[in-house]
Amino acid sequence: MSWVAANTTQIIGLLLAHVAITIPAIVLSVAVAVPLGRFAHASGRARGGILATTGILYAIPSLPMLILIPAVFGLPLRSAATMIIALTVYGVALLARTAADAFASVPGEVAAAATATGHTSGARFLHVELPLAMPVLIAGTRVVAMSTIGLATIGALIGIPSLGSLLTDGFQRGIAAEVATGIVLTLALAAVVDGSLWLAGRNSQPWIRVAGPVGSVAA
Amino acid sequence: MNLFAETLLWFADPIHWTGSDGIPTRLAQHVGVTVTVIAIAGAIALPIGAWMGHTRRGEATIAALVNGSRALPTLGLVTLFALWLGIGVRAPMVALVILAIPSIVAATYSGISSAWRPAVEAARALGHTSWQTLTRIEAPLAMPTIGGGFQSALLQVVATATIAAYVADVGLGRYIFAGLKSRDYPEMLAGSMLTIMLALLVTGAAAGVGRLYRCLTTNEGKPQ
Amino acid sequence: MQPTVAPSVQFDRLRVRYGDTDVLQDVSLTIDGGSFTVLLGPSGSGKTTLLRTVNRMVDPAGGRVLLDGADVAMQKVVRLRRSIGYVMQASGLFPHRTVVDNVATVPRLLGVGREQARTTALAAMERVGLGPHLAQRYPSQLSGGQQQRVGVARALAAGPRIMLMDEPFGAVDPITRRALQQEILELHARTGVTILFVTHDVDEALALGDRILVLDVGGRVAQDATPTEILTSPADDFVAEMIGTANGDRALRVQTSRGAEVVVDRSGRPIGVLER
Repeated sequence: MSWVAANTTQIIGLLLAHVAITIPAIVLSVAVAVPLGRFAHASGRARGGILATTGILYAIPSLPMLILIPAVFGLPLRSAATMIIALTVYGVALLARTAADAFASVPGEVAAAATATGHTSGARFLHVELPLAMPVLIAGTRVVAMSTIGLATIGALIGIPSLGSLLTDGFQRGIAAEVATGIVLTLALAAVVDGSLWLAGRNSQPWIRVAGPVGSVAA
Repeated sequence: MNLFAETLLWFADPIHWTGSDGIPTRLAQHVGVTVTVIAIAGAIALPIGAWMGHTRRGEATIAALVNGSRALPTLGLVTLFALWLGIGVRAPMVALVILAIPSIVAATYSGISSAWRPAVEAARALGHTSWQTLTRIEAPLAMPTIGGGFQSALLQVVATATIAAYVADVGLGRYIFAGLKSRDYPEMLAGSMLTIMLALLVTGAAAGVGRLYRCLTTNEGKPQ
Repeated sequence: MQPTVAPSVQFDRLRVRYGDTDVLQDVSLTIDGGSFTVLLGPSGSGKTTLLRTVNRMVDPAGGRVLLDGADVAMQKVVRLRRSIGYVMQASGLFPHRTVVDNVATVPRLLGVGREQARTTALAAMERVGLGPHLAQRYPSQLSGGQQQRVGVARALAAGPRIMLMDEPFGAVDPITRRALQQEILELHARTGVTILFVTHDVDEALALGDRILVLDVGGRVAQDATPTEILTSPADDFVAEMIGTANGDRALRVQTSRGAEVVVDRSGRPIGVLER
């Protein structure tokens, strides 16, 4: 398409801007949600409260959230930081429950065995629980990644550069090709990130690939 | 927090409560769009999900669609359709319907296909036709899951209906976009707060309905 | 138009595949109308599969199943199933319907009006020892034994002339199981329906069947005989292992103790008292 060819530099710039807000948000979401989910799983009482809070946060519509955050935190409206905070909030809201379920899926006897053989709780988390919870965590992270990459386009409505800028600009100037490009690139970026996470997930459980599911015994 | 004070003033101003740009009107439009979108999406998605769940075919396709629709930008569909169909409420509604369908199909598929197997087996063995099995046995048993699907679709539509205001003169999102244009921060904040409150209200109400339904049907739980 | 004798079942060179294994290989058998036949075998012997070919829950890769001389594959499957009583191990009661509505399922499917269907259902419930006070309850409110009874009542409600029972009493405690076994024997005596009963429990097979078909892997009939014949002359090692004669489980002796003749097993544990 001629429009795409004529504006390649601009498109790439926006793609990079999109990456620059989504990747940090995804990483932050995981960094917050995994310990939070672990905590929610361990402490039965806190679990209800944590999941209720994340549920409420998730219910907040995205555009209003983008406007509320600067007002509450005193940040400028058009900053990338606003975007990253908002995306992280949604990411955590999406992932916390999955993370709690992931840790709940680690067989109790295995965790107990780890403690009994002398692991500290930190070592147990790192060496036993995390690897076993990995498949569910990876699946949840993939969901968060897809959602974050799609959601980041909203920022364009308040002037935060991203692939969404192609959508708003294309709409205002009546160039359908520009809007289509924005959609396609967003999906493509999501596919790449999703694929990478899937690959990482496959490599994180070598014992499954060799032996079969937990609990199976070689014939 | 001058901004919040100004926003409160905005709410206090009676002019914002009357007329075609008043809160009641915008609220009614927002709710109207939401309800219509859910009704249309449900009418399309329910039969598809139910049939796929009953025949237990196409799970991979559904999963792919659900994943894809997560990354598909609402703004993109809304603007694209607006360019094709013109300014007005039709374009965003088409976009919102398309975005709501995957999650309803997925929830319906999940509920129907995972209806308690022995009951479905028994239904077949006793001589129900396919249609009878689906409508009399699988569907009632799938209700909680399907309800959950509608619940999350409802929440999604209430939230994204805000974006409709970008291309149409409807809904609470108008305050945000009008405020953006005229740099009227109190109006933007007011619109945001209204939308958030509506979303929370709808979430709470949906959860309440779900709890009520569960309460009324506890006797019909599966055997131990 | 009801036949006076209950229908017979004939398996004619039946072959069923699942994936790339032959679950049933070339099975040919005749089940007499009105008989109580037990299919006894370990898991993997295809006994449940064999049962389910009769009501076409399983479709064969080769061969035929004849119900009263007519090939089941030629009949409308829904009508066929409505004429056969089917009881499963998990009872498969509909959790969202009351007990009476569960039992009334097939009459309703046949177009009987709601009130009449309920009356019929209540009668069926009574035949299996369930009082009308249970009618408005939901399955989850019933004990395991009661649920199984409802399953049997549901299979009986439309008055089928043949019953297919797939390990129906497996999930209940031994005491309830014995009571249910008694009831099914009485039912059979009263109504004369053809009963095909699948079980892996040897004692149950010995207690119930006029005729026992001991099945091995692939549906191979290891022995086809009455309970007494099987006990006294098992056809091969497989049957002997299965029945328990191989390791002496069935070898009982009589010991006199406290003036009574006590029947004991091989290790001297008492089984019962001999009545002359």
